[in-house]
Amino acid sequence: MTTETATASIAHHGLLPQLHLPRVEAMPLDLDWVAQATANRSAIERRAATLPGRRSVKKDHQAAWLCKAVSLIDLTTLSGDDTAARVQRLCAKARQPVSAAILDRLGMQGLTTGAVCVYHDMVETAVAALSGTAIPVAAVSTGFPAGLSPLHLRIAEIGESVAAGAREIDIVISRRHVLTGDWQALYDETRAMREACGDAHLKAILATGELGTLRNVAKASLVCMMAGADFIKTSTGKEGVNATLPVTLTMIRAIRDFHDRTGQMVGYKPAGGISKAKDALLYLSLIKDELGDRWLQPDLFRFGASSLLGDIERQLEHHVTGAYSAGWRHALA
Amino acid sequence: MNIKDIFDSMEYGPAPESASEALTWIDAHGGLAGHFINGEWGPRRDDFPTNNPATGKRLAGVTKGTPDEVAKAVKAARRAQPAWAKDAHHRARVLYAIARGLQKNARLLAVIETLDNGKPIRESRDIDVPLTIRHFYYHAGMAQLMDSELPDREALGVCGQIIPWNFPLLMLAWKIAPALAMGNTVVLKPAEWTPLTAMVFCEICQQAGVPAGVVNIVTGDGETGDALVRSDVDKVAFTGSTAVGRIIREATAGTGKALSLELGGKSPYIVFEDADIDSAVEGLVDAIWFNGGQVCCAGSRLLVQEGIADRFYAKLKTRMDGLRVGDPLDKAIDVGAIVDPKQHAQIARMVTDNTDGETYQTTAPEGCFYPPTLITGLSPASPLMQEEIFGPVLVATTFRTPDEAVEIANNTRYGLAASVWSENINVALDIAPRLASGIVWVNGTNMMDAAAGFGGVRESGFGREGGWEGLAGYTRPKGKPVKLKPITAFTGDQTPADPLDRTAKLYIGGKQARPDGGYSKAVFGPKGALLGQISLANRKDIRNAVEAMNAARGWSGTTGHQRAQILYYIAENLSARDAEFAARIDAMTGKKTGKDEVQLAIRRLFSAAAWADKYDGQVHDVPLRAVALAMKEPTGKIGAFCDDATPLLGLVSLMAPAIAMGNRITLVASEPFPLAATDFYQVLETSDVPAGVVNILTGDHGELAGPMASHLDLDAVWSASAADISTRIEKAAAGNLKRTWVNNGVARDWTQDHTKAILSHATEVKNVWVPYGA
Repeated sequence: MTTETATASIAHHGLLPQLHLPRVEAMPLDLDWVAQATANRSAIERRAATLPGRRSVKKDHQAAWLCKAVSLIDLTTLSGDDTAARVQRLCAKARQPVSAAILDRLGMQGLTTGAVCVYHDMVETAVAALSGTAIPVAAVSTGFPAGLSPLHLRIAEIGESVAAGAREIDIVISRRHVLTGDWQALYDETRAMREACGDAHLKAILATGELGTLRNVAKASLVCMMAGADFIKTSTGKEGVNATLPVTLTMIRAIRDFHDRTGQMVGYKPAGGISKAKDALLYLSLIKDELGDRWLQPDLFRFGASSLLGDIERQLEHHVTGAYSAGWRHALA
Repeated sequence: MNIKDIFDSMEYGPAPESASEALTWIDAHGGLAGHFINGEWGPRRDDFPTNNPATGKRLAGVTKGTPDEVAKAVKAARRAQPAWAKDAHHRARVLYAIARGLQKNARLLAVIETLDNGKPIRESRDIDVPLTIRHFYYHAGMAQLMDSELPDREALGVCGQIIPWNFPLLMLAWKIAPALAMGNTVVLKPAEWTPLTAMVFCEICQQAGVPAGVVNIVTGDGETGDALVRSDVDKVAFTGSTAVGRIIREATAGTGKALSLELGGKSPYIVFEDADIDSAVEGLVDAIWFNGGQVCCAGSRLLVQEGIADRFYAKLKTRMDGLRVGDPLDKAIDVGAIVDPKQHAQIARMVTDNTDGETYQTTAPEGCFYPPTLITGLSPASPLMQEEIFGPVLVATTFRTPDEAVEIANNTRYGLAASVWSENINVALDIAPRLASGIVWVNGTNMMDAAAGFGGVRESGFGREGGWEGLAGYTRPKGKPVKLKPITAFTGDQTPADPLDRTAKLYIGGKQARPDGGYSKAVFGPKGALLGQISLANRKDIRNAVEAMNAARGWSGTTGHQRAQILYYIAENLSARDAEFAARIDAMTGKKTGKDEVQLAIRRLFSAAAWADKYDGQVHDVPLRAVALAMKEPTGKIGAFCDDATPLLGLVSLMAPAIAMGNRITLVASEPFPLAATDFYQVLETSDVPAGVVNILTGDHGELAGPMASHLDLDAVWSASAADISTRIEKAAAGNLKRTWVNNGVARDWTQDHTKAILSHATEVKNVWVPYGA
């Protein structure tokens, strides 16, 4: 079993001790295990559909949970028209995601987002903009979002992003390997990318909206974890369907299974489509119930989101004032 | 705790639903639950309290209905019934208005239900109340369709309905909606611990324009219920414990009151090694921890395939640790309060008394709360594998093969529901029909809907609630009953017309068998001629016949096409000997009807053969991405007393539909005219009827009725006999709660074809829910 330590390797910042687990170690591909993996869509959808009725977080607890959600956000901009100024603005928001006045009232001074997530070209800008904080920069890599550029270029891209200062690399898997059941190819590719990451953490994007079935999601999750993914992530945000609760349930159950059998803890990142504070609470309760409290820390859970923060800010202002808030009262990302 | 502390601990914290509106409502109604008779409240007295089990605090006083008050309610219902039965569309409008009224009061109903019963507000809000509303909408439609779709059926009259405390409002809906839709009026008694939502319902009825006397509610305890059972009602519908169901069966025996019983269960939850294990674990939350396990169809008996058992138990224990037990008004509570300290003590005692296996328990707050409990390593012989606990206690054992899973699953007196978890459609759809239960959920649990019948087999009771099949319990064939006249056998002077001795034996297991008792009896013609001798069957011959039926279990697995072929073959062989049978019938009865009777018997065989492969099941339209297959399964092993007046036709009329549906049957021949039945042995022998599928006994109906009806390995007893045995049969049938279909002294014209009506007695509807999704 792994043990966790609050290490000093990453500077403590504010009230966010970055708990730090030993890296996930790759293991040989276990095809029997992959073959056994299954997912009953109807049952999973029922669980997901009834969750909002089963869990509810109110008042101070809700405010605390929403702050937690903020601390878990990979504040993201992944647009063709990103510029340095745009990324700097985003980083400023990551440092101060909620107005200082509100955080004072909540007693949550120093709250930041979990990370900032950008394209490779923006890594250096982001790293510079976040200097002096513990906020890591994540780069989407490997021919994002389709992942169809030549493998050696994809691998090289990882190296460049790491060299530019990215501490986390969000890679995209080759959906075709999943759709054709070529688990060995998926494993080999992911393993090579993990090696290319070096000390940077690898987040494997499954692009679940393009995998066809939840069973494929379950199998692909396992293969990526076997290949050493530190995180598994649902989507690029560019697929037709992004993060959903049924997909989440399938992936976190794979994480749980992986932990049960290997003792290793892999992180989870739902991305795309989570834009309401209420959704964030739902995700947190699902993680809490299925994986446990330990997974509610930024080293094991992130939201890939851009507009979620705005809604959370409004809810938090409502919490401290009792009056419903407006979007323009909060700083843009 | 400040926000930073919570940020670190990530606890849920309280999320209470307010009780104030509900408490105000109760106060505004005098803080009393009581009768609603003929559209008016009262009397309402404080005879005993109903408490909130979560706090132990009193909620209201409850009126204990007296026999006089029950009689008054029944009288009001009786008076209101003819007008109510007249206009189906009017009924549809009223039921629709009730549904709307329920919807408008959804939150009030949910909160009162939780206060009174202790179930989590999540359940009453998201399950009980929506299903209640759905039930009234669905049956508004049934009222609208009654004239066109059920033209030969009419209302029973006044229905006495007794419901349990575990789903107070939902069970009320299940009872009242179909009864009202079909033109009945009702007197309903809510459970003594949970009468409050019924009070809100009465008010909704007033607002919905339910005519006075159509819905009557009488509160009280078991004694009030007993008075209702014994009152002048046409039907008793009961949901509750098997023990009480048995008492009601005995009390209504022979009264002619229709009866439906929805009783206990010990439903198996079968997990195959290829199942989605995480989903199967999660399913158990909804199976055994739903409503604190106080659910008749709770998946309370876990059967796991041996190879995955350890992993499954480990995952299950982890999941149990995450269950939140406590204040049922909290919106994030999984398991609420046990309904009453008495029930709590009962659960605790059963678990404490158990010494087998390993017990794993999580924690529960002080008070009337019981922790989720798992007991693994039990064998089928452990008492807790057999007895219903009716609490959040799951017992578990393992199996090796699909056959063994079925064997263990069916090793129970109950037969209400079952869950089968497998990703392999071949496994799931093979297992589902083989389980002795009224409901099977494939890869799911506790799915219920108004469109799909709910109800069990064996000691889980009989009758279905919901769906088209549920309407049978609230209607009867149109027509005026005619009294059945007993027929006395002729006596004579012992002179044989034919010097060769002909003593017919019994027909058991495909062989002509000497009677166990060694007694025979002479049969005389109308002019005193000795026509032959018959064997007098006794209880041991019944036992032997049941054994023979057990050995013939393969018949139930044959195809309808095969069974039709055999029925046609019987008809062919009977036809070849028609003159002989006609002469025999005339010789016994002294009438000239033999020829017609033989021809009618041949027609009945053709009718049954025709139906054998056409009495289709249904696919119910449930609001879910699933098929709910209403499969018609054979009732099983049937004992039947034949009509006395038509010795061949009476026998064939019962036998043919029974075997057409895959049942095995033991028929007791016409008592005064038994020889056509004994001649029929040879027809059966030459028609490829497998041994034991049809057994024929001769003898005294009165003597055989008791042993037949009390046999614990028979599934049904029918009687068309002119002997006065209906009461005896229904009383004795209480032993294993077998289905009965008796005539209560009412004649039936066997020259008419009743095949289709008999098919419904020869089958049980099993609803198999198969949710799907690639």
